[in-house]
Amino acid sequence: MAERRRIVPYFLLGPGTIWLLLFFVVPLFYMGYLSLESGVVGSLSFSWNWGNYSDALSLYDTQFARSFLYSGLATLICLLVAYPLAYTIAFRAGRWRNALLFAVVAPFFTTYLIRTLAWETILSDQSPAVDALRFVGLVPENGHVLATGGAVIAGLVYNFLPFMILPIYASLEQIDERLVEAAKDLYASSRAAFLRVTLPLSAPGIVAGTLLTFIPATGDYVNAQFLGSAGNQMIGNVIQSLYKTQLDYPAAAALSFVLMALIMVVVLVYIRFAGSEALMGEENL
Amino acid sequence: MRRGRSGGAPRGAWRWLREHAVNIVAALVVVYMLIPIAVILVFSFNDPAGKYNFTWVGFTLSHWGNAFGIPELNSALLTSLKLALLATVVSTAIGTLMAIALVRHRFHGRRAANLLIVVPMATPEIVMGASLLSFFIILGTPGLGFQTLLIAHVMFCISFVVVVVRSRLIGFDRNLEEAAQDLGATPLETFRLVTLPLIMPGVFGGALLAFALSIDDFVISNFNSGTTVTFPLYVYGAAQRGIPVEVNVIAMILFGVTVLAMGATVWQQRRAEKMSEVRPDQEAMPPVAIGAAEAA
Repeated sequence: MAERRRIVPYFLLGPGTIWLLLFFVVPLFYMGYLSLESGVVGSLSFSWNWGNYSDALSLYDTQFARSFLYSGLATLICLLVAYPLAYTIAFRAGRWRNALLFAVVAPFFTTYLIRTLAWETILSDQSPAVDALRFVGLVPENGHVLATGGAVIAGLVYNFLPFMILPIYASLEQIDERLVEAAKDLYASSRAAFLRVTLPLSAPGIVAGTLLTFIPATGDYVNAQFLGSAGNQMIGNVIQSLYKTQLDYPAAAALSFVLMALIMVVVLVYIRFAGSEALMGEENL
Repeated sequence: MRRGRSGGAPRGAWRWLREHAVNIVAALVVVYMLIPIAVILVFSFNDPAGKYNFTWVGFTLSHWGNAFGIPELNSALLTSLKLALLATVVSTAIGTLMAIALVRHRFHGRRAANLLIVVPMATPEIVMGASLLSFFIILGTPGLGFQTLLIAHVMFCISFVVVVVRSRLIGFDRNLEEAAQDLGATPLETFRLVTLPLIMPGVFGGALLAFALSIDDFVISNFNSGTTVTFPLYVYGAAQRGIPVEVNVIAMILFGVTVLAMGATVWQQRRAEKMSEVRPDQEAMPPVAIGAAEAA
């Protein structure tokens, strides 16, 4: 009986583990194999062609840099915008809490592509929103918003904002408000109580939110395609065009690998500084 | 008092602004979140002059009347629904079993299993799409199409199902299962009659998330679809040559349905919470008190 109990978890895990190994882990090895091939489609052959990697880095270094710049800025803006909203929902919303949470997840209920296309409408030259920006002088008289880096970043911010708000809200909501009251009883100003009690306690949410925003934003190509111009292409655009239209599989595979490696480095460095509890927090339970 | 001394409204207004700054920012963010949805809704009533539905021309209900009047759009929508339904069923079943194993059992390789579930969620979609495409290209089989889409969708849904179901299992009262077994239920009966009904809201929540992820997926699908067209892929193709207004109509219908489904889950969850509150509260009634009550 005890023997049988010991194998139960492996049976339960079996199907999912096999699926993830076969269709997530193994394909990564296949992509690695493809990235070291040389030749053109039809006559690809494996040849330890590391040149694909050096070519990838030297040909597309601007797109790599731009991807990290755009997604880094978008993540920062998301954080600055998300925190006040998460704070309001957690501590001040009262009976409006559920309505506000609904507003946060509402964008998820419309298709990603369609809401990005809606931003194309909003930011187009004839739109009232852009007229308003021109009126207050944020955009020059004949200036555009669409097809600029700013529009791409704005799209990234919009599309990934809920991923920032929800984890921060979740961590703020768990804070015992008596701790904040205690700080104030001990003569901390509101500001000091926030900086030394609330903010540190919400750090796991901030870490989780920044990762959930930064990682998908770096690989995104939909926003750059619809809201940017040819000069705003991110690395995702390059990878998808190499795979789908130019059929240069080895180069595309090498680029994907470099992208994954770079993101992993950034994430690991970040976690080193911020602590890993946020990512693997459930482990302790 | 201070306001009186420094004389007046500007100072008061400034103070009001400072006190409510956080709420004002929050209100602005909410408006920002909802603007594109409003735009999609408004432009579903537009009567555009040419192929492009970007500028407001005039109000019409004709596209709502013709919501299902474009055959390619219909078949794309049908493919998406079929795909999402299948991917949801498979990933929810697989993911629920994994969640149970992770919460209930201590075993070798638990950390590795956790890692295998976390990593796909932390991988950019484009890398998953590209690696799966590489895999299918080199294998040469199965040919790209509905089957490869299904494989991909189940793959990226599993982790999310596990996370949702696991969070529900962690707050689960195991005494109920022991009680069932004390009363002679077999492990399988216990699972079917006690465990499953109690974790059902979590399973349902995980399924809903899987469905939403699948029906909305563009990036991974774009890599692995072959010639099969899902709803997001149809929108992507149409974007090059002008999107019909009916797409906005369908988007709003999907929005409405999802909101209703969300409402239903929340309602079901509340009901489940109420049901589990029916049991006598052990903390409120310590054994001594129960004994005393019986004695009386």
